[in-house]
Amino acid sequence: MEIALAILIGMFFAVSIYLLLSRAIIRMLLGISIFGNAVNLLIFTAGRLTKETPPIVPMGEEILLEPFANPLPQALILTAIVIGFALFTFLLVLGYRAYQELDADDTDTMRIAEPERAPRPPLTY
Amino acid sequence: MNTVIFRTIAPILVAIMLVFSVFVLLRGHNEPGGGFIGGLIAASSIAIYGIAAGVKEVRKALKFDPIAIAGFGVFIAAFAGTISIFYQAPYLTGIWAYFEFEGKKIALSTPLLFDIGVYFTVLGTISTIALALEEKEEKK
Amino acid sequence: MEEKANYEAAVKLPVAMIDFATGFADWFIILPTIIALMGAALLIMLRFNRSIQPILTIIFILTIIIIEINLLLRILALGPQSMTMGKWLPPFGISFTVDIFGISFALASALTALIVTIYAQADLAKREVKYGFHSLLLLLLAGVSGAFMTGDMFNLYVWFEVMLIASFGLIIMGGRKIQLDGAIKYGFLNFLATSFFLIALGLIYGLFGTLNMADISLKAANAPFGPLASIGALLLLAFGMKAAAFPVNAWLPASYHTPHPAVSALFGGLLTKVGTYALLRSLLLVMPTARDFLEPLIAALAVITLILAPLGAIAQTNLRRAIGFLLIGGIGSVLVGLAVPNLRGVAGASIYIFHSILTISALYLVAGLIEKIMGTEDVRKMGGLYSASSWLSILFLVLVFAVAGLPPFLGFWPKLLLIEASLERGEILLIIALLTNSLLTAIAGSRLWAHIFWRAGPEGANSEQPNEKLQPLKTKDKWLCSAPTTILILLIVYFGINPNTIFGLGRVAALDLLNSDRYVEATGLAKPDLVTMPQLGEEGEK
Repeated sequence: MEIALAILIGMFFAVSIYLLLSRAIIRMLLGISIFGNAVNLLIFTAGRLTKETPPIVPMGEEILLEPFANPLPQALILTAIVIGFALFTFLLVLGYRAYQELDADDTDTMRIAEPERAPRPPLTY
Repeated sequence: MNTVIFRTIAPILVAIMLVFSVFVLLRGHNEPGGGFIGGLIAASSIAIYGIAAGVKEVRKALKFDPIAIAGFGVFIAAFAGTISIFYQAPYLTGIWAYFEFEGKKIALSTPLLFDIGVYFTVLGTISTIALALEEKEEKK
Repeated sequence: MEEKANYEAAVKLPVAMIDFATGFADWFIILPTIIALMGAALLIMLRFNRSIQPILTIIFILTIIIIEINLLLRILALGPQSMTMGKWLPPFGISFTVDIFGISFALASALTALIVTIYAQADLAKREVKYGFHSLLLLLLAGVSGAFMTGDMFNLYVWFEVMLIASFGLIIMGGRKIQLDGAIKYGFLNFLATSFFLIALGLIYGLFGTLNMADISLKAANAPFGPLASIGALLLLAFGMKAAAFPVNAWLPASYHTPHPAVSALFGGLLTKVGTYALLRSLLLVMPTARDFLEPLIAALAVITLILAPLGAIAQTNLRRAIGFLLIGGIGSVLVGLAVPNLRGVAGASIYIFHSILTISALYLVAGLIEKIMGTEDVRKMGGLYSASSWLSILFLVLVFAVAGLPPFLGFWPKLLLIEASLERGEILLIIALLTNSLLTAIAGSRLWAHIFWRAGPEGANSEQPNEKLQPLKTKDKWLCSAPTTILILLIVYFGINPNTIFGLGRVAALDLLNSDRYVEATGLAKPDLVTMPQLGEEGEK
């Protein structure tokens, strides 16, 4: 199972990096989002795959009964998903605003902060 | 979307969803549920009301700015952790208080306060986003 | 029956909770972060009350500074301090562990934040206050203090993201087109950097089964080498990207000059320094074996960063972009300390981070003043400021000397330590790079100074005519902007002339980084001989 998941994570990374290499912001956004999913799957797999029993102490017991799923990777992934969601939303809105205001979806044409023909530095002194 | 049926049903639906969101929030400690899901349910009810009655009505009904609600949530959550200072325990230690109410044992705790903070944070943040998006739709 | 026996055995297990009382003094470890976080929340609730915002912000930051000074003195007397949240025992609960290395940067950041808050009052638009400038500033400070003080890798990631969200808000505040452009590059690349950090975290958890820094440092000694090296490489990439080291530095000069100068100062002073801090913390204290493996790479990156960054500054005509390149050059110096991890090298790198927090912020603040008087960001259109404001020219020149590492200013001492450290190890190339960096930085800085202050007017045929476009500072600007900037620069001069304090602090910080005993002891974890590393694959087969 680990091998299958490892291959899947590799495919996710390949797709996301391919998309991130694009110049179009909307593709980069898709890439970032898939990248985040790949990372979450990686944490999930690295935390060892166990039985799908929820780690909840049953009625009348004092401790968890074996086997149970490892709750820590799930907590880590949940945190990462929430944070990733917030940042992704921000980037999405930012990309949309940039498309409206700068009229550019292509990062190559987005050159206000870094002028394309940078002026030569002064030669005196 | 703006049909008569929807506009008539929406207030009732919103009321039920808000009550249900509080129910989900309160059962959270020992059973599935909690502040995050509760907040999401409440925020979606706000969004439904926004679609039915318009963003202006929602803002009037909410009384407070949604972002301020989110800030209040963060404040409450961070504050919940500091109560343990009086019990010589580290930050975020759960402090429990039990009392009887009509023959039933009620447990109040700082984790519950923290969860209420999460509820308000999620409610505030998601409804800010939803209302901003709906406002944009209305302008078109 | 058997089940019952199991059950009884399990109940007899000790509860994984702390059984001693936590004193009020221990709360100082967590209070700076909580106060900043709660302050940010409070200010967002009061965001329509414009007049109360700056007052509350300054009160909060002053409280944080007082607490952090207390904590610093306590750590000096008693060694690193730790608090584990929720009364859980250390590897299970999230620890905040503070040593001199963390607290001194936290203190410097809080000081910078205070000065930036006062500076920003002069020309903060109503809309920007309502938008939540003060709230975002406190949120940024919460993220920075949290990152400097946490003792847990995943918690470090969370504070990184808190910082990132606050900085997103600050960088687009004002909403000019150039800011959107800068924010897109800043946002994408920083988000990617934290994602790389998250990959490393997943692997760390898979390898060690823990995320507590002290616990990892105990287990890293006998961990399998291959996975450890790849984790180290991922951390180097992620934090290098955050710190803007070559070759992943392109986002910094593309974005740091776009927002309000006060925001630039805040970013330049705090954000990249957290990246370098995390680099030193994770590769020196937590996983020294991974650092040993990466040493040639780190040295090469240090040399290239040191030499290329000031060259970029020389080629720039936009004032704040040029400062951005000077900032990147400083990151190279910190990498030198990471490449030669003896006492002097690490102390030098720590003091350099401290110096860089103060100096780079001050440089951006002065640049903001210059732009205000000149009405332009372009160095070619500047000139003749010396006659209008000779005080500003002195401030700028002091800062140029400090950044270049010329005595007697603060920047000189860490560079001296770094060169001594490289000499001890016989790394001639690093020494050449450090000295070349100083020379190039001095050239870039003094050229800026000559263009802005010395020559009479802007570039062109009439460069010897007096510049008529100068707008003298208003009295409000003079007091709210110049005064705090001057105080910051006086601090830099004071530490430069009187370096014994920071030498002492740097020495203790380096000792604790190089030998994790005191750090681990503060967390309350077991000594190494009790810890056995589970073999890889054993758990997977279960």
